[in-house]
Amino acid sequence: MAIIRFTERPGFRNPWAEFERIRQGFDQLSRNFAGRDVQYGDANVFPPLNIFEDRESLIVKAEIAGVNSQNLEISLEGETLTIQGIRKKSNNETLSYHRREIERGNFSRAISLPVKVDPDTVSAKLKNGILTVTINKAAEVKPRQVNVTTE
Amino acid sequence: MSEHELKVQHKQEVQHEGETTKPEKYFVPAVDIYETEKKVVVVSEMAGVPSSGVEVTLDADVLTIRGNTEDEAPSDTRILLNEFDSGHYLRRFTVAETIDQANITASMNDGILTVTLPKAEPAQPRKIKVEVN
Repeated sequence: MAIIRFTERPGFRNPWAEFERIRQGFDQLSRNFAGRDVQYGDANVFPPLNIFEDRESLIVKAEIAGVNSQNLEISLEGETLTIQGIRKKSNNETLSYHRREIERGNFSRAISLPVKVDPDTVSAKLKNGILTVTINKAAEVKPRQVNVTTE
Repeated sequence: MSEHELKVQHKQEVQHEGETTKPEKYFVPAVDIYETEKKVVVVSEMAGVPSSGVEVTLDADVLTIRGNTEDEAPSDTRILLNEFDSGHYLRRFTVAETIDQANITASMNDGILTVTLPKAEPAQPRKIKVEVN
C-alpha cells in the first residue's frame, strides 16, 4: 500500500486541508519578514527618521520643519541617540483659524543605533527643516580590507 | 514647555491630475490658515525645501503653493530605516477673499513657508447721480 501523507490527500477527504493552507500562509509571512533588510514603515514617534550607512559612518535624517536649533537637543549615550525638542506655538492664540493641520508641541525620540559608533565624531546639521546627524562607526565594526599575499 | 506631545503626521501623496514624466513624488503639505482683518496667512510645513525652491502663484482665485525639495538620500549609502520619503510639495486653495495681488509676500524659515495675502481695500461706496433729462 502506498503511503500518502495525510496533508497531501485531496481536500474533500482531508478535513485539515484548510489548516494546512493557513500554516503555509504563516510560513510565507515569516519568511518575508526575516528576509527583509530595510525597515519600511510608518513612524509612531515624532520625528520620522531615515537611517543610512556607508562604510565609515551612519547618517540619521529627521524631518522636523519649524524647529530651530535652539529648541533642539541631541544626545548620544552608548548606542542610543536621543532627539528632543519643541515646535513652538504661534505667539498669537487669538487668531481665527480656518485650518489647523500643523501640530505643535514637544517631542522626544530615542533610537538605538544598529552598530557601535564612535561618540567623539557625532555631528549634527539642521537645514531647511531636515536634521542630519552623522556619526562615524566604531573602529571595530568598520569593514577591514584583508590583503592576500601569494607565496 | 507645553504638555502636548507631538504626533507623527504621515505624508499624503498628491493625487495627480496627469502623470509626471519624471519619477518624482509630490506630497500634500500640512497647513495652518488664519485670517485677520487685513490679511489671510497660509503657513505650510515643507521640510527640505530651500527658499529658492518655493513657488507661490495666485491665478484668479486659486492659490498654488509648491515647494521643490533639495533633500536627497546621501549617495553611496545603504538605507537601514525608512520612515519618510523625500519629495516635492504641492497644494492648491481657492481663496474666497479679494486679495491685493501685488503685495503678496512669502518667507521660508526652518522648512516652514509663510505666505501673507493682504486683503484688497474694499471698494469705496460711490454715489451715482442720476441725471434727469
